[in-house]
Amino acid sequence: MKLIDALRVIVPLFRDELVVHANGFISRESFHVEDRPGNFYMLGSMGLASSIALGVALNRPNQRVVVFDGDGNVLMNLGALALIGALQPANLVHVVFDNEVYGSTGNQRTISGQVALDEIARASGYRRVERVTTPVALQAATQEFLIQGGPSFLLVKIAPECEERKIGRIMHDPPQIAARFMTAIADRLPPMSNGQEGQ
Amino acid sequence: MITGAEFCRLLVDCGFDFFTGVPCSLVKSVIAVLEERGGYIPETREDAAIGLAAGAAMAGKCPVVIMQNSGLGVCVNALASLTLMYRLPCLLLITWRGYQGNDAPEHLLMGEISPTLLATLRIPYRVLGAEAVPDSLQWAVKTLRQSSNPVALLLPPGVIQ
Repeated sequence: MKLIDALRVIVPLFRDELVVHANGFISRESFHVEDRPGNFYMLGSMGLASSIALGVALNRPNQRVVVFDGDGNVLMNLGALALIGALQPANLVHVVFDNEVYGSTGNQRTISGQVALDEIARASGYRRVERVTTPVALQAATQEFLIQGGPSFLLVKIAPECEERKIGRIMHDPPQIAARFMTAIADRLPPMSNGQEGQ
Repeated sequence: MITGAEFCRLLVDCGFDFFTGVPCSLVKSVIAVLEERGGYIPETREDAAIGLAAGAAMAGKCPVVIMQNSGLGVCVNALASLTLMYRLPCLLLITWRGYQGNDAPEHLLMGEISPTLLATLRIPYRVLGAEAVPDSLQWAVKTLRQSSNPVALLLPPGVIQ
């Protein structure tokens, strides 16, 4: 299963979910599968997609927030797994596409072949943890995680790309990505009881 | 000198409603009050706190990230390629260790270059003085709202009890 195959399984299952994307091929491939206003594409700040998603999830507890992460990103910010485990946001689904390489820079190896990221998530306190290797298992696990309480961690083992796909960059300016995502959050949700909606 | 409780009251009065960071002894009273109040998120690293605040800002919050200036070095890329690039407002409350060259050796260089580092990042900042805390916070809020970008307050020793 390649990244594009996995995305083609997962993305059609989403309805109102907000999806924070890690940088590199994860953002770019997902953008080309389906560009949604509820997608936030993190273009720089590698490692922080999970922290950004946590910041959204904590402040919008009635909205499910998904993060599309990568093994290189997770290894760069393992503290985020610990904080998610400590805070237990029930509305957070952490999907990690694990190809065991830094794909965007030429497939240099990460250490996720030696270190089981799902075991780290389990030890950090995620309520649900699964590892999948096939599209069928991926679909079943995603459907389950989208209705059950988290935090959930779905490790999707994928193959590294053998050849560079000719895939374009994301066509939106960064402030436009953020503004669109903020509007998607505000539109989706009833005002919070404390009246602080939209500051 | 201003107490941690008074400082926190001013922050909340200015509209700040999401607090995270990594501690410094210079703001231990502030963090104690925020923890007591509930909702302060103890982050594991300063750059992760910048990420958390970015998410909070996009969810409609007005975030504060508390850190020592050692942490400013940690989060340079997060500020450049996330907060500044996406134009996400955030107040950085940065304690100024190594202030005027009087500190332990690990703080001296970062203490010397902290204002320059903020200026290089094009983050507007003010040095918090004991007499001008309300003014500085008002300036921070106004600048945040006008620019939709981060602003910083550098906090020397002896300002907050």
